[in-house]
Amino acid sequence: MYNVTYHRASSVEDAAKLAAGAAEAKFVLGGQTLIPAMKQRLAAPSDLIDLRHIAAMKGVTDSGGGIIIGAATTHAEVASNADLQAACPALCHLAAHIGDPHVRHMGTIGGSIANNDPAADYPAAMLALNARIVTNKREIAAADFFTGLFETALDEGEIVTAVKFTAPAKAGYAKFANPASRYAMAGVFVARSGGSVRVAVTGAGDNGVFRAENLEAALAGNFSPSALDGQTIDPANLMSDIHASAQYRAALVIAMAKRAVAAAG
Amino acid sequence: MSEVTMTVNGRKVSGSCEDRTLLAHFLRENLGLTGTHVGCDTSQCGACVVHVDGKAVKSCTMLAVQANGTDVMTIEGLAGDDLHPVQAAFREHHGLQCGFCTPGMIMAATDMINRHGPGNLDEKTVRGELEGNICRCTGYHNIVKAILAASEAMAKGAGAKAA
Repeated sequence: MYNVTYHRASSVEDAAKLAAGAAEAKFVLGGQTLIPAMKQRLAAPSDLIDLRHIAAMKGVTDSGGGIIIGAATTHAEVASNADLQAACPALCHLAAHIGDPHVRHMGTIGGSIANNDPAADYPAAMLALNARIVTNKREIAAADFFTGLFETALDEGEIVTAVKFTAPAKAGYAKFANPASRYAMAGVFVARSGGSVRVAVTGAGDNGVFRAENLEAALAGNFSPSALDGQTIDPANLMSDIHASAQYRAALVIAMAKRAVAAAG
Repeated sequence: MSEVTMTVNGRKVSGSCEDRTLLAHFLRENLGLTGTHVGCDTSQCGACVVHVDGKAVKSCTMLAVQANGTDVMTIEGLAGDDLHPVQAAFREHHGLQCGFCTPGMIMAATDMINRHGPGNLDEKTVRGELEGNICRCTGYHNIVKAILAASEAMAKGAGAKAA
């Protein structure tokens, strides 16, 4: 790891100020992606701004109208939160299967979505739940936030502070995890609210997380796994690597979508 | 360079280290606590697991400065006059061969038992929870056996000194 100067931010404003004053700052929450990347010298920020101690960025609030999860809330906290267990257990299930217990004690929802790894779990949930990503400057719809591989709509120095969404009537998540890394080779989050169904796919698309509109249409009329019989995903826009070909991922997406719908009940 | 202060195994310690120093290296090199092992150095193997503020984390994936002000427990802090029940169970059930992964396994196991509550573990849960700890010798069988036995022993009160 190259040398770096560490700063512990006391507030969001403090963090933005610290970043503005640095040559090349990176914000860190749990650091479970960033620190390994720095160790491999794939990332070499001059300054690290630690957001983990900002109280305003932590915790879950369910204010009737909507659920707000602070960006610094860890995967373990999301997985075990009683309000979320009641409002959207699929999201707790998703968080409980990220990485391993030690990673879940450090890794956060804000860090995951700001990094937008194409195989990360949370982006699929955000897109399917039609969530809004709250930053220190604005709110961004999930559909506009995830713009490509490790790319987001965040400006330089902009900080994700929370995510907001309305609890769906039903939701489910299923992933086929890479046996070594546990990242999704295909992960599908389905959410049903009223008559509309949203299906978001992670781990498979060659440009990151995406919605599967044909699966949404099939499920809108009949929210059951059998509604997906005969449905296909075009492999042309899917990733192909040593772990799985695009064709295999296309088949996995349908299989995971069926499992997600079954899990949603 | 930063001044770092933390409580390690109940003792307040301070040290000076580069901001890029990993917690694992701070423990091993500044404090001489070499029970915490660095196995893969890529956040996968779990040999470096310690407890930070009561939670199991990979100390090779946390900077020492990030741990400034925390309470850290390493394998050296686990035993009292006698072995901790998890350590005793690993010995009794032959939960190790070369022993390299063992400190991380034991710290992961105590965290697991603490979170689920003593006596509340089954084999499937233990195997799932060991996702972040790799052992290349044992095939995990005796590790799982040891953790289940320790969990039961602690439930029966043998774990009065539990971490």
